[in-house]
Amino acid sequence: MSTIALHDEHNHDHADHGHHKETLISKYIFSMDHKMIAKQFLITGIIMAVIAMGLSILFRIQLAWPDQNFPFLETFLGKWAEGGRIKPDFYLALVTIHGTIMVFFVLTAGLSGTFSNLLIPLQIGARDMASPFLNMLSYWFFFMACVIMMSSFFVQTGPASGGWTVYPPLSVVAKAMPGSGMGMTLWLVSMVLFVASSLMGGINYVSTILNMRTKGMDLWKMPLPIWAFFLTAILGILSFPVLVAGVVLMVFDRSFGTSFYLSDIVMGTDILPNEGGSPILWQHLFWFLGHPEVYIVIMPALGISSEVISVNARKPIFGYHAMVYSLIGITVLSFIVWGHHMFVTGMNPLLGGVFMITTLIIAVPSAVKTFNYLATLWRGNIRFTPAMLFAIGLVSFFISGGLTGIFLGNASLDINLHDTYFVVAHFHLVMGSAAIFGMLAGVYHWFPRMFGKMMNAKLGYLHFWLTFIAAYLVFFPLHFLGLDGVPRRYYAFTEFEFMKKWLTVNVFVTWAAIFAALAQVAFLFNFFYSIFKGKKAPQNPWEANTLEWTAPVEHIHGNWPGEIPTVYRWPYDYSKPGHDVDFIPQTVPFSQTMSSNLPHDFEGNAEAEKIQQDWELANPVKEN
Amino acid sequence: MSLRKFITNKTTAALAVLLTVFANTSAFAQEAAAGAAAAPKVDMGEVYKSVIFYILIFLAVCLFIAIIGKSIKVYELSREAQGKPVGINWNRVHASLFALFLVLGLYGVYWEYTVHGSMLLPDAASEHGKKIDEMFNLTLIITTIVFILTHILLFGFAYIYKYSAKRKAYYYPHNNTIEKIWTIVPALVLTVLVLMGFLTWRSIFFKVEDPNNKPLQIEVTSEQFKWSIRYPGADGIVGKKNYKLTTSSNTLGIDFKDLNSRDDEMADEMVIPVGKPVKLILNSKDVIHSFYMPHFRVQLNTVPGMQTIFEFTPTKTTRQMQEETNDPNFKFLFFCAKICGSGHWNMQKDVRVVSEAEYKTWIAEQKTYLNDDLRKQFNLPVAPAPAKPAAEGDSSATDSAAVKGNQMALNK
Repeated sequence: MSTIALHDEHNHDHADHGHHKETLISKYIFSMDHKMIAKQFLITGIIMAVIAMGLSILFRIQLAWPDQNFPFLETFLGKWAEGGRIKPDFYLALVTIHGTIMVFFVLTAGLSGTFSNLLIPLQIGARDMASPFLNMLSYWFFFMACVIMMSSFFVQTGPASGGWTVYPPLSVVAKAMPGSGMGMTLWLVSMVLFVASSLMGGINYVSTILNMRTKGMDLWKMPLPIWAFFLTAILGILSFPVLVAGVVLMVFDRSFGTSFYLSDIVMGTDILPNEGGSPILWQHLFWFLGHPEVYIVIMPALGISSEVISVNARKPIFGYHAMVYSLIGITVLSFIVWGHHMFVTGMNPLLGGVFMITTLIIAVPSAVKTFNYLATLWRGNIRFTPAMLFAIGLVSFFISGGLTGIFLGNASLDINLHDTYFVVAHFHLVMGSAAIFGMLAGVYHWFPRMFGKMMNAKLGYLHFWLTFIAAYLVFFPLHFLGLDGVPRRYYAFTEFEFMKKWLTVNVFVTWAAIFAALAQVAFLFNFFYSIFKGKKAPQNPWEANTLEWTAPVEHIHGNWPGEIPTVYRWPYDYSKPGHDVDFIPQTVPFSQTMSSNLPHDFEGNAEAEKIQQDWELANPVKEN
Repeated sequence: MSLRKFITNKTTAALAVLLTVFANTSAFAQEAAAGAAAAPKVDMGEVYKSVIFYILIFLAVCLFIAIIGKSIKVYELSREAQGKPVGINWNRVHASLFALFLVLGLYGVYWEYTVHGSMLLPDAASEHGKKIDEMFNLTLIITTIVFILTHILLFGFAYIYKYSAKRKAYYYPHNNTIEKIWTIVPALVLTVLVLMGFLTWRSIFFKVEDPNNKPLQIEVTSEQFKWSIRYPGADGIVGKKNYKLTTSSNTLGIDFKDLNSRDDEMADEMVIPVGKPVKLILNSKDVIHSFYMPHFRVQLNTVPGMQTIFEFTPTKTTRQMQEETNDPNFKFLFFCAKICGSGHWNMQKDVRVVSEAEYKTWIAEQKTYLNDDLRKQFNLPVAPAPAKPAAEGDSSATDSAAVKGNQMALNK
């Protein structure tokens, strides 16, 4: 910590003396520039994603070939894969850490952290975040959380392995499994740091959006990603603290002998002294965050894809207001649906009925969003940039995964589907694949803004098609395993007669997963190569309307030289009839586009309408 | 263009490096193998060779892709040099690929529904399970229709409205009527599903007990990584437990001072009579497990410190199921569905549904939990009384003594 403070002073000294030369450390490491912090989040997120994907390949190998030895694995994993076979305990650790990393570090920090940081100041017209220092801290807390999480692989007893939801007593009683020892402690510490990071980020995003919009940028002129980031940040601020509360109680139970989550426990014949707690309490606290969390994951992706689809369909997003209201609806409803994760956990069945109703209501705003995407594509003029491909992929995954949510949200159907592969298939499509596609769409779309270079489009095409096909091949068949009653987190399917018929499907799915993982090499190569050797990006490569494309390609601290541009119109004036090109940036006043103005544009401003009418009388429309 | 060059040069360089590495590692591996002749079971040299083989294949594929990329570039440049329009219209390529994906995808979905769809659980073997199945089928039909229609629209639009320089997109920012329709229609459909789901759920968990057909109580206790089943015995009531009484001989911590406990019977498998309601009393000793019995559409977590209760009525015997599924080895079973530790993946017990008569003969053969050892512990008379009703009188007499002894044991 002292080093942070030290360099921070250093940086201020420079600023005070009016130097613009930054040191290596203040520019690349302890940077307070939102664009650099966004890149830090992105690259850390990508690294964590690669690690988590590697873990998933390891356990997929175990599932596909449970009877085979892979001596190669022992080389890497040592005692956790003695004789080249992953041990059951380590299998559970792999599953747990894969889930934790993907949900929190990749799809929360890597997605929200990257694009909120990059786009909020650039799209609302601010010079930086409301609190750049807090922003820097947010990244470094996230970084520490990642390091601590990964360090649990170097602990004797292995990483936490009670599933990413770490239900007690399994995760609290050290005797229950090796992963509940030191590994679990590290998991909890990492989570606390992560929540601190995401709170600092969230508070920053909300205050920046509310206070620092440029002239003319009222709330209803904000691009949809900003709305999504804004509501996501609010969700995070309200729900993450509840997780910390739960985590603190768990730390107490684990280390100080309290009984918040424990009661009446006998390990073998060893009677534990804890009395009066309830394991269900943790589930309530966890899912009070956990469910909003899945919307924290998907909403930024939806926001990004709204922007990308509109830009590349060369059409205004259909139903801008409906898009915003559905986001608000999802935000509010997501707080009262957490119980649908607990239908069969022993929660009072009466609550099950209530949560089923709220859960199925949340499908309505999601359906509205889907239909609006389709309506945006209708009669568009679609340019298939890599970003657009990924955005279309997102819509497809969102539909496929969203529909299976209607099964799981129904308490009576959940009885037989709970904790089976059906659930795995559902959330990997709707939350995993859809959100990661949103993230990739964002990377391809805003790469020129981040690095001033273009990514190679053809490698992007290849990356999209391989990933899109492979993701469906991996997750679609898994639904059927779930419908046959195969539970998730099983180390092998060999002990059950009825599961044996799925072994060949497992082999197929594993090959598809390996295929998908290798396809990411196309992205990684493209990404890192283009940072250094990519073609220089033009000012506005996608011919988009939003403010970030008016800032100079060469990054400067403060984003715009001179004055921040003023905003006159909403961000989706694409292909407006009467205008000579198919886009009108937000910075163009209506006085310069007299030929394309619509009565609706003036929002009831009588004077402006009068001017427009006079102009139209003077310049009658030519028939063409 | 430089990118292409880079790939080819770098890939070839990487190939060369890997070849040398390959040579080195195999040499090292041979050395190591020679050094430690006793220890190694696997010849790691072979392993490394196969790993490097796969890496080489992957690199060869990369090289192949790079060559294709390069030739596309050359083609495009030559078109440009000749002054012809751009070589490949990528928008058209992607549009066609989306159309192709739609067709192949729909076929794939059909294939999955028919092939994998026929490998699923047989029809529910319980009363409430039938309702769940109906609910499931209805939801499946609705969602499949939506799934197919939206995907046809999504990929269809992608195909039809691909970019053309001649066209301008249709400026269509909103239409309140359409938006209202597609808010209200899903809301109505979901209301129907919610109502049906709610009623089904209520009929499962809020049953009115039929006094003429009282459910059979069966207690199931989970622990890492096994299940214990307790039948209520002649009195039809499963007796009390107290986890503090757990010992190596009384693993469930059954409280034998409770009269209802004394005739409780243990069983290796769950045998239940067909057509009679069964009330499962679920409980866990250590961590959370989940009692999952998919053929009957039954699942409920077992939670330490509390009882969870699930009532169901089996409608088919095991024999009937064997005939229906054409599988003479078919058996019902229950297993754990909630992550509970390293043995989670193999924590199962058989279930047998039989006729009332078969059940009666089977249950008569089961042993009670109370054995001579436990009788001594609980200060109960050791002489086992085969005629239970007769023993009832004196057992209540000894009961108070047993309670005292027990309380003393508890207070220490």
